[in-house]
Amino acid sequence: MSELVTKSAADLVALMESGEVSSREVVDAHLARIEEVDGHARPDGDLTESDVHAFLALTAEQARRHADDVDQRRATGHPLGPLAGVPLALKDVITMRGAPTTVGSRMLQGWEPPYDATVTTRLRAADIVVLGKTNMDEFAMGSSTENSAYGNTRNPWDLGRVPGGSSGGSAAAVAGLMAPLAIGTDTGGSIRQPAAVCGVVGAKPTYGAVSRYGLVAFASSLDQAGPFARTVEDAALLQAAIHGHDPLDSTSITQELPDLFADLRAGVDGLRIGVVTELQGDGYELGVEAAFRDSLARYEAMGAVISEVSLPHAPFGLPAYYLIAPSECSSNLARFDGVRYGNRVDAPTAEEMNAATRAAGFGPEVKRRIMIGTHALSSGYYDAYYLQASKVRRLIADDFVAAFDQVDVVVSPTSPTVAFPFGSKTADPIAMYLNDVATVPASLAGVPAISVPNGRDDAGLPVGLQIMAPLLRDDLMYRVAWALEQDLGLSPIPTGGNAVAVPQGV
Amino acid sequence: MVTTVKDGWELVVGLEVHVELNTVTKMWCGCSTDFGAPPNTNVCPVCTGQPGALPVVNREAVTSAVRLGLALNCDIVEVCRFHRKNYFYPDLAKNYQISQYDIPLCQDGWIDVDVEGETRRVRLERLHMEEDTGKSTHLGLTGRLHGADKSLIDYNRCGVPLLEIVSRPDIHDPETAQAYLRELQAIVQALGVSDARMEEGSIRCDANVSVRRIGESLGTRTETKNLNSVRSLGRAIAFEAERQIATIEDGETIVMETRHWDEGRGVTETLRRKETVTDYRYFPDPDLVEIHSPADWVEEQRGTLPELPAVSRHRLIEAGVDPAQALTVVGTGVLAIYDDATTGGADAQTVANWLTGDVSGQLSTAGVTWEESGLTGAHVAELVSLVAEGTLSNKLAKQVLEAMIDARGTATPAQIVEERGLKQVSDEGELRGIVERVVADNAATVDAIRGGNDKAIGALVGQVMQATRGQADPRKTNELLREVIAAG
Amino acid sequence: MLARLSLTDGEIDRLAPQLSQILAYAEQVSEVAADDVEPMTHPFPLRNVMREDQPRPSLPRDLLLSQAPEVQDDRFAVPRIVAEEG
Repeated sequence: MSELVTKSAADLVALMESGEVSSREVVDAHLARIEEVDGHARPDGDLTESDVHAFLALTAEQARRHADDVDQRRATGHPLGPLAGVPLALKDVITMRGAPTTVGSRMLQGWEPPYDATVTTRLRAADIVVLGKTNMDEFAMGSSTENSAYGNTRNPWDLGRVPGGSSGGSAAAVAGLMAPLAIGTDTGGSIRQPAAVCGVVGAKPTYGAVSRYGLVAFASSLDQAGPFARTVEDAALLQAAIHGHDPLDSTSITQELPDLFADLRAGVDGLRIGVVTELQGDGYELGVEAAFRDSLARYEAMGAVISEVSLPHAPFGLPAYYLIAPSECSSNLARFDGVRYGNRVDAPTAEEMNAATRAAGFGPEVKRRIMIGTHALSSGYYDAYYLQASKVRRLIADDFVAAFDQVDVVVSPTSPTVAFPFGSKTADPIAMYLNDVATVPASLAGVPAISVPNGRDDAGLPVGLQIMAPLLRDDLMYRVAWALEQDLGLSPIPTGGNAVAVPQGV
Repeated sequence: MVTTVKDGWELVVGLEVHVELNTVTKMWCGCSTDFGAPPNTNVCPVCTGQPGALPVVNREAVTSAVRLGLALNCDIVEVCRFHRKNYFYPDLAKNYQISQYDIPLCQDGWIDVDVEGETRRVRLERLHMEEDTGKSTHLGLTGRLHGADKSLIDYNRCGVPLLEIVSRPDIHDPETAQAYLRELQAIVQALGVSDARMEEGSIRCDANVSVRRIGESLGTRTETKNLNSVRSLGRAIAFEAERQIATIEDGETIVMETRHWDEGRGVTETLRRKETVTDYRYFPDPDLVEIHSPADWVEEQRGTLPELPAVSRHRLIEAGVDPAQALTVVGTGVLAIYDDATTGGADAQTVANWLTGDVSGQLSTAGVTWEESGLTGAHVAELVSLVAEGTLSNKLAKQVLEAMIDARGTATPAQIVEERGLKQVSDEGELRGIVERVVADNAATVDAIRGGNDKAIGALVGQVMQATRGQADPRKTNELLREVIAAG
Repeated sequence: MLARLSLTDGEIDRLAPQLSQILAYAEQVSEVAADDVEPMTHPFPLRNVMREDQPRPSLPRDLLLSQAPEVQDDRFAVPRIVAEEG
């Protein structure tokens, strides 16, 4: 039973369809695994150094009931979707009725949303069984999940290191074999970077392909929900289950979305892969660079044509991002004022109550970004800051368009480093921001991007390769990712002296 | 009489009017806009600013905005966006209002208003779309913000579509301001995009007032709020103008601030100082996309515009209606009845007289609205013709009218005349008999009349009226009395 | 303050230099010549995304108010508001 937790979603579905195992058994196996390694039963303050702490809330009862229901319908010959009965971990930034949504913040401690996000509704309609809500950097701001108000999540590959962020909990749940699937959100790299440092697959779809209705907003023009999985195929299956136009989201695209499976296994023979000049070399750890070069060699061996392409404005991506994202967030987070929901700190006047509530409810990173954003939008600064950053954004988008004239996809290491130890980057905000240097350009341009595991460094820590495709060509990024995954044949099971315990015989 | 300011001074007024659209649903969500629902029942994640909720534009609101812009002679901008106006206030569910900033949907319009027979043009700077806020109830002594201990917020109104119309400072007296507001109301009502009732808050007006010595540059302006009627608007402007002139003449400066009009005491008072302009940190709302209004679609909308009040009034005046009455007929929503009544050929001025005079008066006395009365243009036309043909005197017609209103329009004038036998007695034969008897019975009065006291005939007319239960044709009665008295 | 955040002196001491640092870093965008460039918000030029004027179900009031910090008379209660509407 315990080896069920090592299986991919596709394999689990095959087992369920053949009757060898029930959804209930699958769900129970994963809940047992969570019990073993996540430390969920323990209150925050009692977490040990071996608890992964990926989950903030478990919805075990609902999950079991859903699983039973799927089993019943399967037994009576009901047609079921391609991921029916498979368990999933949902990042706590996405609203789901029946459980708290905290967004990793004290501000929403105990808040039970009065409505489901569209992503949640679609997961349910696909009969994907949500096990619970996962830990994250507060309000999705961060690259290590250390900004969570509810304690750190530990990287299953080395429990003394971060799982990346802001979707650290979702990445760790999948890497730690607690769920074969997870949903995260990516604003500047918050799915891809955790995926890379946790040795799993994580993808950011084309902006607008997945509904944002019910995603607690950080930066509206950048936020996108996307899949985590241990295989490329699983990630594609999950993206296909949630993407599609949503009339409740004005930024949800109406164009036809690509078929992610038609060419998934077509290989890369003859495909043109561009290495982004500006996203490699200096600032990238040796182990990361080595894995990157190895991937390029493999692609070449598989018949791809490798060349260098320039995204000349990419170096301005991070500065532009750190004007645009905080600006939008300063406005999006204004609604947290202790009036309609969430935390409240009482005071004699409404104004004082607002200020005290926000001071108590928001952590330092959130405060930093609100203040930066407030400044960047203020009169006298708007043109030089927000407006200028939006123009740089257009130039970066244009750079991608020009690059895709010459090549089919562009690649880079996902993250400049492997997972780093807790506390090693918290003193300097910019040091933390630099984790996103490679992922931010795709966010700004809105193009789809995926991180696929492409090796380990000398210490055995996972490294990821980022593949970026043109707008609406999510199929292309999955195809190129799949080819490498097959070629490498890496095991997704965490190994190493300080890794999480894995089931016997695995 | 137009109110003037002190000699040597000029009053400069710009008006900001907000119109609440009567769409079925709110601007960004499908909640009902119905007035008067129990608190917090017409709400959803979007209009209560729940985390994760997103706005989607109401098509009908955009269409209404464009039509109003066209009716106000504006240019419709081909591409515009929504901006966020960021500020904290409890009745603002998201602590920002979605509005429009540098590129409003409509720009550069105008309306002509009639003030004491003179036509004045007031130019419009812009018309843009935004959303209404929730409603706060302040618990404390006065129910006003000052001195309250607590406030309670109802978000039913939050997110209702609002149009903001900003005039240029082309207004120089209170009467023009009032005429402008009335005209806007009339246009909005003619289009059917809003009830535009000040008492209900579906149209609101703030006044920006400044004064200057003639020849000097524009003075500092103040903004006055809480103008709940057209009358208040006029009074507040007049008060503020005087206050500002007096202040400057005293050697003090005008502070740029928001003031509150107190209708009871007839004064404006400081609400809040605006020494620094609030920084709303406008930026394009990233949750929304561009609104494109292509020229051909705009022209299509122009084709759907109804006859506008200015045109209606002109038409009535051409038909012979007194301008003041034309203003009332068009401005009080009675145009449809007027048109129905006159299509059959009834005299325009007579119809207008009746509508603006006795009909309006009797409805008011009876506490009945036009809709409730059930009166139609056909009813009015019939009444007018019964008088014209002599079946009814004006006095009898008024009685018939009362009965018509009572019957809520279920009985026609002819039916009522029939039922109650209210026909005017004009038959000479019948009248002569009565007149002769009255003359015979009132020798002293008759002598007085013969002696030159013409007024005394009134008493005799009264007696004839009594004898005929008020139905004697007054003119004929007068004629016959004089005849009989002269003959005798 | 525009952000409506009340910070302790300690926080201000810590945050202020960090904010300067971050802004200095972000100011690099000014090095890019972009005078004639159209600012970008969304990757696709979406336009006229609108919905019909049809009612959708509202939230049950109890559900909405159940999450409110303070409720009175079926309304959201706040302590006294000092400034009139902004």
